[in-house]
Amino acid sequence: MKKKLVIAVTALNAIDSPGPGVAVIRAIRECPDFEARIIGLSYEALEPGLYMHELVDKSYQIPYPSAGTDSLLARLEYIHAEEQLELIIPNFDAELFNFIKLRDKLHTMGIRTFLPDLVQFESRDKLKLFDFGKKHGFLVPRDRVLHEFRELKKMEEELEYPVVVKGKFYDAVIANSYDQVEKAFLKILAKWGLPIILQDFVKGTEINIAVLGDGKGKAISIIPMRKLYITDKGKAWAGITLDDDRLVALARQFIASTQWRGGCELEVMLTDDGKPFIMEVNPRFPAWIYLTAAAGQNQPASLVKMAMGEPVAPFTHYEVGKIFIRYSWDLITDIAEFQKISGNGEL
Amino acid sequence: MEKKRYERPTLRKMNTGLMNKFGSKSENTPVTHIENNSVKSLLKEYGSPLFVISERQIRRNMRNASRIFKTRYPKVQFAWSYKTNYLDAVCQIFHQEGSWAEVVSGFEYDKALKNGVPGNQIIFNGPDKTDEQLLLAARNNSLIHIDHYDELYTLIRLSEEHRMRPRVAIRINMDTGIYPKWDRFGFNFENGQAWNALTRILNSQWLELVGLHCHIGTFMLSPAAYATAARNLCELAWSVKERFGKMVDYIDLGGGFPSTNTLKGAYLPGTDTVPSIDQFADAITDVILGYGFRPEELPLLILESGRALIDDAGYLLGTVLATKRLSDGRRATILDFGINSLFTAFWYEHKVSPAQLHSRQTEETVLYGPLCMNIDMVRENIVMPLLEKGNQVVVHQVGAYNMTQWMQFITLRPAIVLIDEENNTHIIRRPETMEYIDSLEQLPQHLKQDV
Amino acid sequence: MRIRKNIAVSEEGFLFNPTTGDSFSTNSTGALIIRLLKQDKTLPEIASELCDEYDADRLLVERDLEEFASLLKEYSVLD
Ligand SMILES: Cc1ncc(COP(=O)(O)O)c(C=O)c1O
Repeated sequence: MKKKLVIAVTALNAIDSPGPGVAVIRAIRECPDFEARIIGLSYEALEPGLYMHELVDKSYQIPYPSAGTDSLLARLEYIHAEEQLELIIPNFDAELFNFIKLRDKLHTMGIRTFLPDLVQFESRDKLKLFDFGKKHGFLVPRDRVLHEFRELKKMEEELEYPVVVKGKFYDAVIANSYDQVEKAFLKILAKWGLPIILQDFVKGTEINIAVLGDGKGKAISIIPMRKLYITDKGKAWAGITLDDDRLVALARQFIASTQWRGGCELEVMLTDDGKPFIMEVNPRFPAWIYLTAAAGQNQPASLVKMAMGEPVAPFTHYEVGKIFIRYSWDLITDIAEFQKISGNGEL
Repeated sequence: MEKKRYERPTLRKMNTGLMNKFGSKSENTPVTHIENNSVKSLLKEYGSPLFVISERQIRRNMRNASRIFKTRYPKVQFAWSYKTNYLDAVCQIFHQEGSWAEVVSGFEYDKALKNGVPGNQIIFNGPDKTDEQLLLAARNNSLIHIDHYDELYTLIRLSEEHRMRPRVAIRINMDTGIYPKWDRFGFNFENGQAWNALTRILNSQWLELVGLHCHIGTFMLSPAAYATAARNLCELAWSVKERFGKMVDYIDLGGGFPSTNTLKGAYLPGTDTVPSIDQFADAITDVILGYGFRPEELPLLILESGRALIDDAGYLLGTVLATKRLSDGRRATILDFGINSLFTAFWYEHKVSPAQLHSRQTEETVLYGPLCMNIDMVRENIVMPLLEKGNQVVVHQVGAYNMTQWMQFITLRPAIVLIDEENNTHIIRRPETMEYIDSLEQLPQHLKQDV
Repeated sequence: MRIRKNIAVSEEGFLFNPTTGDSFSTNSTGALIIRLLKQDKTLPEIASELCDEYDADRLLVERDLEEFASLLKEYSVLD
């Protein structure tokens, strides 16, 4: 492979509820097989990754996803002219739709991606997860999508508790009575609007699995992790790699049946009698992705290789009992840097 | 030495929400011409504001939709939804392209007749049809789509009294997974109401059942919902055939395909998220073709598409009246048109382009209309170049529903110009005048002023 | 009405107000005005200079200048 690759990475917001970008870059930088010039793409002027010059060579602001693909493409064309990008690794849920839509256009510009296609991407949407599980034979908690308060009223008799009340984008409340369901429904309604999802509560141990698929049904890497400690926002503060064949088998089956291309994270609930329920599928690398590199399966670097057309054999080993502990660090910079990224959109 | 072009000074506080301007170039690309006619000359000749309709674009849309359906299904008929835009010139373009007329009131029905549409090519929808209108439609052999039981019984009584046998269909509402459900129109599918109504019609010697109709909503984003609708109508058609030995002539799936406008509150722009007509056509025709009808008994497929065929053929041109700074520091731009003309500003984040070249500087601004009312807002927040009084703007995709739902409120309604396929302009509705308004008013004698 | 002495203007036209910690960006017209303010010019003087430099209507310039000055005051760039 060519010596120095130009790779653009998003989600440099390594803050208390972090995006994966900085971890992705760290993993890529550690791979001995190639060198990289890293171009940071950011939405906000205070994303910490922008100011980490040892990790990120140059950064550009890009338009918010809501501006649409035309604006994004125009901006990427400009950045491409400056940098001759070879690969973009987007890492935000909200931006993936746009990048997937632009995939072919980017390829004709000579910029590669390694992303799922729209069908794969949309099939794991929260609102469709139940159908997805049914179709592929995965255990998925039963859910009901409610579009009206009236529908909830009608359900009063048949609900079993506890039940999870979820918003269409975020938020989940465990309710133990109809009263609580109603309260949670109204609270989430006010915040996220309709529809609202009622999901069966599944009791067990929460496991996260970072998975990399080759797009042809093969899982290149599977690393299961259990959170050891979480923040008040429910994000992992520390976590440990696990050895559990059931989880690896589940992830392998997931990749085989979806033909997933790229990284993803399965949020799994392992019940006390050993049944793994898929609770959510995040269509990108998780923020703790560096742990995969530390455990011996560098998923971001493998993704880079596959995107560049190199054959990558599935990993067979990883270190069990590797722990990550997240920590915060006050990075120091100067007003001039902030003004540059904020005023010129480049740093 | 020549002096530099002036641009008013700007000062932007840098905060983390500022980056929007990088890459938002597409919104700010000036639109100086519409079909080779310069915006400036159009406004100079016809006044500002001004609606402009492109005949070329209408025909292109119609031919495209027609081709998409006809290459998938043997028998397709479009019916122009009058309420979407019933300017005579617009209707005639659609009729020239082979569209029937779809109307929802006596007024629209008369308009279709006046436009020369043969009675048997007019579909009469809606919950509001008087006895006289029903009789007229029946005599003209029009397709009467029954909306409720009261209408069904009225029509049976009238037919019996007048010894006629009108051609009818019923409007059916159903759950297609779309919210809100439009269950206020027609007869419900799931609870058996639709079947009961059909049975009632088929058992009456005074009505001839010819079709089944539904219109599941407007600006639908889900092709799957149309597949469900098509399946339900096929199921009813099949049951009618089994029980009564009669195959209906047509299935009418209504309108509802979206334009590429961006709905308010939508996260992504419509140009990225709206499914193409091909996807809707696939969903619909796959179901009907696969349902099991014999080739010769396949029903005619009628479509009443409105906004998808005309929205992008319409533009609203206008002029900046003033710019100012609001008390909270935001920039406000006041235009010479508001929600009185641009009714769809209630639903859409309309794309608005400057009509002249500007520097690369941009700013966020509110776009207000000229009405003395707080709700008169065209865009709550848009990134525009630095606009000045007298600058001109172009609002895109305004062809549907504006020229029928606009209000004569505070000001008079503006002119509408059609640009034909040779790029010539034709005024197709003159601007309203004081005489026009006055002509309907009458002053009682005791209120008259001696002059 | 004077511009605060500690206001820093960068080459690229960025303003930094060390008293409040705020940063601002301005366009070339704005940068010129601030430069002239730093030279202790009055608003009418600045308006004249703008009219010399740019192809602009004096009344419009005065209006814009008024508004710009009030904005600067609001952001504590002007005393
Ligand atoms: C019965 C019927 N048909 C067709 C239409 C046209 O709808 P659209 O403009 O969404 O295609 C409407 C609009 O509401 C309608 O009510």
